[in-house]
Amino acid sequence: MQIREGKPTREAYGQAVLELAANDSNIYVVDCDIGKSCKTVPFSQQFPNQHVNVGIAEQNALGVGAGLATTGKIPFVTTYAVFGSMRMLEQIRQEACYTKLNVKIACSHGGFTPANDGASHQGIEDMGLFRCVPNMTIVAPADFDSALKLVKASAKYDGPVYLRFTRDAVPSIYNSDDELEIGKANELNKGNDVCIICTGDILSKGVLAAQQLEKEGISVRLLDMHTIKPLDKDAVLKAIDETKGIVTVEDHNIINGLGSAVAEVVAETGGCKFKRIGIQDQFGESAPYEHLLAKNGVSVENIVKECKKML
Amino acid sequence: MRQDNSVEFLKEKAIDVRTTILTMIHEAKSGHPGGSLSSADILTALYFDELNINPRNPKWDKRDRFVLSKGHACPVQYSCLALKEYFDYDEIFTLRKEGSILQGHPDMKRCPGIDISTGSLGQGLSVAVGMALAAKRDKKDYRVFCVVGDGESNEGQIWEAVETASKYELDNLVIIIDKNRLQNDNTCEFVMPSRDIAKKLDAFGCETQDIDGHKMEEITQAFDKIRASKVKKPHAIVAHTTKGRGVSFMEDVVAWHGMAPNDEQFEIALKEVKGGLVCK
Repeated sequence: MQIREGKPTREAYGQAVLELAANDSNIYVVDCDIGKSCKTVPFSQQFPNQHVNVGIAEQNALGVGAGLATTGKIPFVTTYAVFGSMRMLEQIRQEACYTKLNVKIACSHGGFTPANDGASHQGIEDMGLFRCVPNMTIVAPADFDSALKLVKASAKYDGPVYLRFTRDAVPSIYNSDDELEIGKANELNKGNDVCIICTGDILSKGVLAAQQLEKEGISVRLLDMHTIKPLDKDAVLKAIDETKGIVTVEDHNIINGLGSAVAEVVAETGGCKFKRIGIQDQFGESAPYEHLLAKNGVSVENIVKECKKML
Repeated sequence: MRQDNSVEFLKEKAIDVRTTILTMIHEAKSGHPGGSLSSADILTALYFDELNINPRNPKWDKRDRFVLSKGHACPVQYSCLALKEYFDYDEIFTLRKEGSILQGHPDMKRCPGIDISTGSLGQGLSVAVGMALAAKRDKKDYRVFCVVGDGESNEGQIWEAVETASKYELDNLVIIIDKNRLQNDNTCEFVMPSRDIAKKLDAFGCETQDIDGHKMEEITQAFDKIRASKVKKPHAIVAHTTKGRGVSFMEDVVAWHGMAPNDEQFEIALKEVKGGLVCK
């Protein structure tokens, strides 16, 4: 559980599709004129026969991806989280989820990470919207190496998958030989006083908070819930039984993200002490990433404070 | 003609298709007769002559694909599939009933012969483009046919899809506009004038033909022309049709977009359809 300097997870995505396509001619990328941002340019150059660019037409991109998928291709429809989760949401529902086709929706700029772009480009509702759609799987990798692993896993996973990446560099936590499985929480630290559950790059804040708490003699269970749907309920149930309380942390609206998913399990099983940390149902603005998070209480200090309340 | 079927044979089949459409919608007490009847001759020509398909092997990978982008007109597709024996004919009496393979809008997971689930307008053509692109990239020679409504063409996504088909020179894609001039609320002219769709399709890069969508000779000749064409463009057929075609009291009446005939109306409608008002 050490934090190192890292790279953006969108770069891991670009590398993962290259590695996938090297061994599988069915891997396709469908771009919407933001391939440069989403790191798919090398793919378009090395695998032009497996690349499609439909221009700034996200709704169509999803349909083209679904059509490719009916013939056995594995298309990664690529855009930003805002457009992937909203502009093409109904197309995803109708042509990827209802049909259970093998369409992967790969989105950079999740959460507040396109910080200086302002609210229009900050996809803070994406995972919540997808949680409501049957057959959807939602994956938010924490760092470069886990993104590489999870993108590759998504290609082997049957059915539609939403993949959420960050624009900016995020701290590295995992090593290249760590194994991750879609739908299964990864325990980074064993502990029984309090449980911190994170999704996406916010995991690095969970690591720092856990380290601080451990120094103060508080034993912390830290879970990387990279898949918020289907949620690893067993991991949550164990945390309810074996720790004094759960704190969830995410760079996503407080409504219907990781915190809500965990809260549903907590509420239906009689519960435990519980706190959600996330974006307070408000839009962001052009500002440094860390400022936007801090304004919403998504900070190491706040995680530590909330964890102590559980004891 | 592709399979040496006579135009007379196809006209007879179109009567069976219309009869089946009316029968299933009457039984279901709901559904969309207007747009099913307007596209009945086109789908008859496709399913009984033009499409290279195998009802015994609905997922045959070399098959031609068919996408009904205007998914609410599925009674016409279900009728063709039933008559081609993709499933037992009596399934038509289960339309829109719980557990049926014949959902209110086409469901590829339930119904054999449906290549993609549709129902939400504007989306099917994009999927057809993806299918046609896959054929090109894999160097396979199957083709993709997609029927789009003129009302449906209000959706911007249709035009995104046409642009993509042009960009990738999908000459294995045939877009057929069922131009029946009516949509849900009123005439297309009143709700959202589509102007000259053929010109628009031309401008978007298609090789376009304008035909009478109820004259079987014109339909089959249009397909002949496409098969013979060497132009590296997606093909488009603007089929001028009449909503509710074949049933006098349904023809050109907006209300018959989504309404089932009662027993008395059904009886009259069947007589008219069987009496051969069709395809004249």
